[in-house]
Amino acid sequence: MRLCCLLNVGRASVASSILPWSFEPTMHSEIIYDVLVVGGGNAALCAAISARLTGSTVLVLEAAPQALRGGNSRHTRNLRCMHEGPADLLTGSYPLSEYFKDLLQVTGGRTNEKLALMTLRESSNCQEWMRQKGVRFQRALGGTLHLSRTNAFFLGGGKALLNAYYRAAAAMGVEIEYDAEVRGLDIRDGRFHSATVLRDGGTRTVRARALVAASGGYQGNLEWLKEVWGDAADNFIIRGTPYDTGTVLRGLMDCGVKTAGDPAQCHAVAVDARSPRFDGGIVTRVDCVSLGIVVNRDALRFYDEGEDFWPKRYAVWGRLIAEQPDQIAHAIIDAKSMGLFVPPLYPPHQAGSLPELAALLTLAPEALERTVAAFNASVQPGTFDHAVLDDNKTEGLNPPKSHWARPLDTPPFFAYPLRPGITFTYLGVEVDEKARVVMKDDKPAENVFAAGEIMAGNILGQGYLAGIGMTIGTVFGRIAGEEASRVVHG
Amino acid sequence: MSTVDSVPLLQLLKDGERAMQICNACRYCEGFCAVFPAMERRLSFSPKDLTYLANLCHDCRECLYSCQYAPPHEFGLNLPKVMAGLRRETYRKFAWPSFVVNILGQTGPALVLSLLLSPALFFLGMFVFHGPGAVFSAHSVEEGSFYRVLSHGAMVGGFGFVGLFVLVAFAMEFRNFWRGTGGRADSWLDARAMGRAIRDSLNLRYLGGGDDQGCAYPDERASSTRRWYHHLTFYGFSLCFASTTLAAIYHNFLGWKAPYELMSLPVVLGVVGGLGLVAGPLGLLRLKSIQDPEPADPLQRRMDIAFLVLLLLTSGTGLLLLALRETAAMGVILAVHLGVVMGLFLTMPYGKFVHGIYRFGALIRFAKEERES
Repeated sequence: MRLCCLLNVGRASVASSILPWSFEPTMHSEIIYDVLVVGGGNAALCAAISARLTGSTVLVLEAAPQALRGGNSRHTRNLRCMHEGPADLLTGSYPLSEYFKDLLQVTGGRTNEKLALMTLRESSNCQEWMRQKGVRFQRALGGTLHLSRTNAFFLGGGKALLNAYYRAAAAMGVEIEYDAEVRGLDIRDGRFHSATVLRDGGTRTVRARALVAASGGYQGNLEWLKEVWGDAADNFIIRGTPYDTGTVLRGLMDCGVKTAGDPAQCHAVAVDARSPRFDGGIVTRVDCVSLGIVVNRDALRFYDEGEDFWPKRYAVWGRLIAEQPDQIAHAIIDAKSMGLFVPPLYPPHQAGSLPELAALLTLAPEALERTVAAFNASVQPGTFDHAVLDDNKTEGLNPPKSHWARPLDTPPFFAYPLRPGITFTYLGVEVDEKARVVMKDDKPAENVFAAGEIMAGNILGQGYLAGIGMTIGTVFGRIAGEEASRVVHG
Repeated sequence: MSTVDSVPLLQLLKDGERAMQICNACRYCEGFCAVFPAMERRLSFSPKDLTYLANLCHDCRECLYSCQYAPPHEFGLNLPKVMAGLRRETYRKFAWPSFVVNILGQTGPALVLSLLLSPALFFLGMFVFHGPGAVFSAHSVEEGSFYRVLSHGAMVGGFGFVGLFVLVAFAMEFRNFWRGTGGRADSWLDARAMGRAIRDSLNLRYLGGGDDQGCAYPDERASSTRRWYHHLTFYGFSLCFASTTLAAIYHNFLGWKAPYELMSLPVVLGVVGGLGLVAGPLGLLRLKSIQDPEPADPLQRRMDIAFLVLLLLTSGTGLLLLALRETAAMGVILAVHLGVVMGLFLTMPYGKFVHGIYRFGALIRFAKEERES
């Protein structure tokens, strides 16, 4: 048997020197599955369940161990739903037109309009389908009230949702293998034949009549990140799962599948520099940027910290810090701002004076004092109100701070060290409205489908809209599963 | 109250503080129960805060299975287990009088007292004061037959004294908890907060998993079985208590002496309550035997089992007494029943029963905080 696509990426490239790829795999499964789902997150499980519900035999191959299954869905907590009136736990209405406008705004128009509108429309019936599979929802509470109209929250978050899906899938007879990493795909002329799977130290070939690739992007692949970002990537923190190595994505690309989404872009936010290298998820966030100033290694400010509400701006700061020397920055606030934001995981550096704080941060004390003095001097009188775009701003400062600018004058001073935190990458494969991947000749593949982050770039060319990742995964997962069944059973 | 915090307590407090800092930065579990909204009102977690939060936790375990930071993640977060450990220390720390907890808070001595010592004393008393003839003869269900083997005065005197002591102990423990979690002397006297706490206790709201579909006990699937077995246990116990109280009223104010007819109110209440108090503890013991051990505190297990066994024997011997009250075995069974009940009462302030007192206090505080925030 000929494997046309040997994957040569990241960890795979290391392994390929050890693994005898030309060597006939030791185990041959006699079973031919109807649908093979690669991946173990929300989109993968939605695809597996809907393929099973439409009569297919299904195997799910999840690269992570059982306890860490679920890809980046582990770190999510809601999905964005269109609804015409108060729906269940969602308040008010969120019509298609508004949803689409929001999407156009965050993507700057970089979206496949047809696929986007279909996804947003389909999002209105996701909740019911999810409930039937055991997913539980909750009202938006506390710090997420601003999303109570647009986003349906999973009770307990993404991992609870995944637990429900895995239970439902197992109950209906979907086979699931963990620690099973797909290393090779046999796709010829747009037709999938088999996958090579590494598990328990050995490889084997899995044959199926259709493939659903739902294995995410490549944010866990440091070598690939370095290809794009250079040495700066050494200082990136990966908020998402380390199991998103992009092996399957690269494999599909090598097999002649067309790509979608910016290859050089990733969703990156400012995270605490002390966070774990991988998989730190939501708790790595630091939400005090808009309350103070942010300085780089040279104790200089570099961007308007008060440009807009934090939920609308947090996603630009990852890129901003990635562009700074050594990819490091420090958010500095004074005692006035303590308690006004969600407490981060790590305690702040704290000092009674700015020079002392600078010493803790290994910044030049006089440089920090200069920066703060210039900032304080430019702050105009106004009324501070963090809940609105207030009139507290700087005058004659470059870069300015447009809102919530209050002098840093009340000790103790606090600082949180920041690094770029990669949530996910945008590069994916192009799909059509049936979730079939599109080959380089613009023809859809016969039996190869994609769902979730691996194709999110079709709809989300850039930017992000809270909860839309799970919407794309759920909608396309369901379509991919059903269409895969259709290909198999006619 | 013990003045020196034990070493494990210090470690637990450290673990608890760390867990709460992670949780407070995440907040995905805020829909499950009261612990998370209470946590969100805080920026730091003192031992007082942690004691309050740990007792507010109903051990529904949803948060472990939903946790993206649970082991083998490098944060290794297991909140239910940390909370259970903190509760265990609470039971020791706030016990009154504190030295007794070192004896009766131990499973061995508690069971020896309840199952051997106390029944033996009752039996000895009967034997000494009423003679073997009275104890071992067959009895008829006539008024006052119980008192032929044990005088009414001894029964009322013994249980009255112990009952009063237990009530005082509960009150002191509640006070210790209230102060130990930072409350001002009588600020718990808050009708609205108490009303809410009573409601949430009586229906075990926080074993509902946030959407009333049940909680993750004995395993990760949402289930209401623990809630129902606890209801059977609690309401069974309450009916038995009501039966005894009613009987005391019959005796002292109406002059009607036990035993009572099968269709009399004390017997009906006692039978219905007793059946609940058999089924409930049995169910809870079964769930405990099949539970996922990961979120459980292994050091708490024996105390839980001891309490459930005592409840089970209380109801079991009570029902047996009803069935055999006309036979020659009545004397022995009465001694065993009264002995077990006495043992249960004596060990209650130092055993698992106190979880109800502290959790009720925590629910009052939660209701107050929610209103004031």
